Amino acid sequence: MRIVVCVKHVPDIQSDRALGEGGRVVRDGGDGTLNELDENALEAALVLAEEVGGEVVALTVGPDDAVDAVRKGLQMGADEAVHVVDDAIGGSDVVGTARVLAAAITHIGATDPVDLVVLGMAGLDGLTSLLPSALAALLDVPALPLAAEVTVADGSVRVRRNLDHATEVLQASLPAVVSVTDQANQPRYPNFKGMMAARKKPVTTLGLADLGIAPADVGTTGARTAVVAAAPRPARENRVLVNGGSEAGVQLAAYLVENKLA
Amino acid sequence: MTDSLVLLDHSADGVLRAPVRELVTLGRTLGTVHGVWAADGAEPDAQTLADLGALGVARVHRLSSTGDLHVAAVLAEALADLLDATGAGLLLATSSFENKEVAAQLAVLTGAGVVTDADGLAVEGDGLVASKTVFAGTWNTRCAITSPLAIVTLKANSITVEPAERAGTPDLVEHASTASAAAQRVTVVERTERPASGRPDLGSAHVVVAGGRGTEGDFTLVEELADVLGGAVGATRVATDEGWIGHDAQIGQTGVTISPRLYIGVGVSGAVHHRGGMQASGTIVAINSDPDAPIFEIADYGIVGDLNEVLPALSAELRRLRA
Ligand SMILES: Cc1cc2nc3c(=O)[nH]c(=O)nc-3n(C[C@H](O)[C@H](O)[C@H](O)COP(=O)(O)OP(=O)(O)OC[C@H]3O[C@@H](n4cnc5c(N)ncnc54)[C@H](O)[C@@H]3O)c2cc1C
Ligand SMILES: Nc1ncnc2c1ncn2[C@@H]1O[C@H](COP(=O)(O)O)[C@@H](O)[C@H]1O
Repeated sequence: MRIVVCVKHVPDIQSDRALGEGGRVVRDGGDGTLNELDENALEAALVLAEEVGGEVVALTVGPDDAVDAVRKGLQMGADEAVHVVDDAIGGSDVVGTARVLAAAITHIGATDPVDLVVLGMAGLDGLTSLLPSALAALLDVPALPLAAEVTVADGSVRVRRNLDHATEVLQASLPAVVSVTDQANQPRYPNFKGMMAARKKPVTTLGLADLGIAPADVGTTGARTAVVAAAPRPARENRVLVNGGSEAGVQLAAYLVENKLA
Repeated sequence: MTDSLVLLDHSADGVLRAPVRELVTLGRTLGTVHGVWAADGAEPDAQTLADLGALGVARVHRLSSTGDLHVAAVLAEALADLLDATGAGLLLATSSFENKEVAAQLAVLTGAGVVTDADGLAVEGDGLVASKTVFAGTWNTRCAITSPLAIVTLKANSITVEPAERAGTPDLVEHASTASAAAQRVTVVERTERPASGRPDLGSAHVVVAGGRGTEGDFTLVEELADVLGGAVGATRVATDEGWIGHDAQIGQTGVTISPRLYIGVGVSGAVHHRGGMQASGTIVAINSDPDAPIFEIADYGIVGDLNEVLPALSAELRRLRA
């Protein structure tokens, strides 16, 4: 089985994140990292490949630094990596990014077909969770997002998922796209052997021309949304901090009633 | 003027999800509001239709399909059909994970621009501009939708629900659509809706009391305070992972995103993953015995103290003040 895992390089959520020109996420602050939730996607793919046999390709779309995301994938145990980088991609919206990923997956599958695409449940920068479903639609394969459990057997994939008001089990034939939540597994840490082995694994760099995508179809020109204003939220005012036990509880009750919160 | 389709999310027994009323109130400021009832087994009763009419819904489309409407691809195809039939330029939906899946598929089908988790939407010039907070509620942004068709999912507690000036009873019209074979490749093998808890729904409650590791597994005081305030009970991932409360109570980046008028964190440290799901709340109250807990950095009102002393006094005093 051939599995592609889409991994994203995002600003570290522990850092001071910011929006820059054109409302774009500042991605060159030097504190970029592999989107934590994509570690769950890598782990799920590696376990499936170990169980049923097969190979894992880590794929990212992003600027030069983004190669770190697929390198981390290689260290965890992925077999090869693909990095799509092109100045024209900057400023893409979800569908633009999904177009590039879809074309890259088609490119990867040209030599040896891809059976499964695994993604994280959300990018911790934009937190839209739109990409997996958009990608499946563009690849014209079934989407099974938000898996807390994934199993593959007899050419089909089954996921269990916890939604806001319900739990579901979904099933579809391969090839398919799944996204996994942080409930799905406990991602492994790359060990020393893994780190050394990763250095010898191939990283292929591709541009839009390699994928047959017209630059105008992606990036800001291809986007259907544009951030027109962005500013840090003003700090909260009139903050109160008190020490105490039951008397503090009594005071808080008065505050809540006074402010019509209770 | 932008006419909208508003997705009327409902439970398996046909009860409207609370945030739908916000969507209708918002849609009315933009143009004519068409309600969309996905006919997935439950039907709208007369009272529901009257409520929607009071909010200004002009028409309710009962959307059926040859496929299973719980499959995102099937619902997306049916909605694409209905957008065509009505000429609406906007789909408004609540920000549930399921609706985001539908939004993504529909965007690919129709070329629509999508904004998720918006807290406002207005016509500016000849287009729509949505507002939303990003980076765990630390930045405010405004996002223009430049395509002719827009899909916007709205965060709960963003709009004050108000009845329409002119109320009416919406017509109920049938819209039957045919699902493609491709959309039907996903099978819903099993679907179990969680029973309502008797408390407000966490995602849309006006008041949320959240418990963390500091409760040491006993949520009694948290639940008592939530009930005094008529609020929902939430939790950190530590509490849900420990099995102290169901996974659906988890607030945070990988759980439910909330923005109630009042959030009270009890024995919650305020880890960045948790803050990501609640930092946009109106008033933030924190009760924690550690003065260095990061939650105090974002709290409007903080008490450095033992929850076992603070909470009983707080609940009792609230009862007394309101008696
Ligand atoms: C990929 C990933 C995703 C995650 N997603 C989420 C998420 O969505 N939501 C989430 O919540 N977490 C999430 N987490 C976990 C998160 O990082 C924190 O571990 C978690 O939020 C901490 O929970 P806590 O505040 O209950 O526990 P702790 O951090 O242990 O804090 C407990 C607090 O209780 C206080 N306390 C103890 N006793 C008392 C007392 N008697 N009275 C008052 N205060 C007391 C302590 O001072 C302490 O500050 C995620 C982690 C990862 C790695
Ligand atoms: N630029 C990208 N490159 C590779 N994978 C991505 C990219 N953007 C998003 N993804 C994948 O899509 C998932 C959901 O992202 P999002 O829809 O942006 O919240 C992430 O967890 C990644 O697996």
